[in-house]
Amino acid sequence: MSLSTADVQKVARLARLAMNDTEIEAARAQLSGIFELIAQMQAVDTAGIEPMSHAQDLSQRLREDNVTETNQRELFQSIAPQVESGLYLVPQVIE
Amino acid sequence: MINFSLKQLSKQLAAKKISSVELTQLYLDRIAAHNPVYNAYITVDAKTSLAQAVAADALIASGGAQALTGIPIAQKDIFCAKGWRTTCGSKMLGDFIAPYDAHVIEQFNKAGAVNLGKTNMDEFAMGSSNETSYFGPVRNPWNQNAVPGGSSGGAASAVAARLCAAATGTDTGGSIRQPAALCGITGIKPTYGTVSRYGMIAFASSLDQAGPMAKSAEDCALMLNVMTGFDCRDSTSLQREVEDYTRHLNQPLSGLRIGLPVEFFAEGLSDDVAARVQEAIAQYQKLGATVVDISLPNSKLAVPVYYVLAPAEASSNLSRFDGVRYGHRAAEYTDLADMYEKSRAEGFGAEVKRRIMMGTYVLSHGYYDAYYLQAQKIRRLIAQDFADAFKLCDVIMGPTSPSTAFNLGEKGDDPVQMYLSDIYTIAVNLAGLPGMSIPCGFGHNNMPTGLQIIGNYFDEARMLNVAHQYQLATDWHSRAPL
Repeated sequence: MSLSTADVQKVARLARLAMNDTEIEAARAQLSGIFELIAQMQAVDTAGIEPMSHAQDLSQRLREDNVTETNQRELFQSIAPQVESGLYLVPQVIE
Repeated sequence: MINFSLKQLSKQLAAKKISSVELTQLYLDRIAAHNPVYNAYITVDAKTSLAQAVAADALIASGGAQALTGIPIAQKDIFCAKGWRTTCGSKMLGDFIAPYDAHVIEQFNKAGAVNLGKTNMDEFAMGSSNETSYFGPVRNPWNQNAVPGGSSGGAASAVAARLCAAATGTDTGGSIRQPAALCGITGIKPTYGTVSRYGMIAFASSLDQAGPMAKSAEDCALMLNVMTGFDCRDSTSLQREVEDYTRHLNQPLSGLRIGLPVEFFAEGLSDDVAARVQEAIAQYQKLGATVVDISLPNSKLAVPVYYVLAPAEASSNLSRFDGVRYGHRAAEYTDLADMYEKSRAEGFGAEVKRRIMMGTYVLSHGYYDAYYLQAQKIRRLIAQDFADAFKLCDVIMGPTSPSTAFNLGEKGDDPVQMYLSDIYTIAVNLAGLPGMSIPCGFGHNNMPTGLQIIGNYFDEARMLNVAHQYQLATDWHSRAPL
């Protein structure tokens, strides 16, 4: 199958990846090749087959709703790109 | 000394023939001499490693030593180790100092092992040649023009070049077994859920599993004893009784039933690998095993299924890299969306972006049923093939990789060709089964070939026994490229 330039631009936007026209075109060609490989799946009859999301058929383990983590804000913020007064700084989103 | 098994090293340490500080320094010197060529390590921190060695020597002197106390282990740079730069082979985490230890790192620390450094890898473990690393390609110690395999290529290269006593790896689609095969070492990916994923940077969470890479099956068994165990911080960690993975090593193989999947010996397998694998199977027959032909009819779909499921999970996992709390942030941006897009575009390499886009596409509106759901259904068919096969045999054997190590740059332009180097390993991850690779000789150009051994769920001890008995009868595993 072949992807259009618009398809690839849309995916790049959804994935939050800035890409110029050259990169979009390169991605389009390569992704089209990969989806040709993936298209083999479509010939398989999977009617009535339960999807397998996980290697072990286990139910989610639950625990008491207690605080288990200690507060390490300073440590974690020491590796952040930009912090001020204990807050992560990002460009203004609300006017 | 560099060719000693972990058991022999442990004996040397216990007998005070060498100290952990001396042993660590020996490896650090080897890394300083050889890493500029192999590029197997991204980060080495001699001061921290030697401090751990001092502590290990004190533990040994006090009589508190365990099997791996004082042994220098190389850690794949996918494991967070507190205070260590942990890059996952990416510019995105190029300056990331891990604020906590992965469970695997904690386990080695508790065992008194020495962290010798962080090994190179394909970026976010996405690759089969180690060429996607932001920190440059790793070289195969058997031939410096050849790739070591991937994604745990640094680990495989470091073990083969004797730049560590043993190493850790992770395997999402073959990333322990394929580099082990290409570098002529032994590696095992245990049953999904056996080793905690806590602190192991996520690629495809339903497939990722850590395991050891070492010079022999016996060494891998000792490593697994340390790495495994229940951890409540990984929601898929299995609550099972503690196992001693060395317990079956010395059992004879008489009566072992080996299943040979016809699909693993068909078109696409190179002659030299096929010949070495057949010779290995003949050796197993000499050791008392019997052989039965089996079929894994859906295994040919493993690669397409994997390249839907793994990118889908990756696109979700890697959405956390947004330039806000940690990781790379672009220097210039106009607004929040621009900051996300530029930070991610600059921080991720080409292969990672490709997989994020594939995953985003297959999960997007209108395509979910045709791709993601269909892949999950075929995943069940693939797992069922194995369940049927294990009614007829105890272990499955075949090649690990369709060829010996290819040259750097050889598959550079075509991602599909690269993806096909994992055709024999991927189905095992989809089913969640344990799989391992052991050296079984040399192919064209004297490059190592790997025999893959696939076991049923939780049969690691039996697989290690199967591998160990072969390694007692042959010496492929003790050949070194030096």
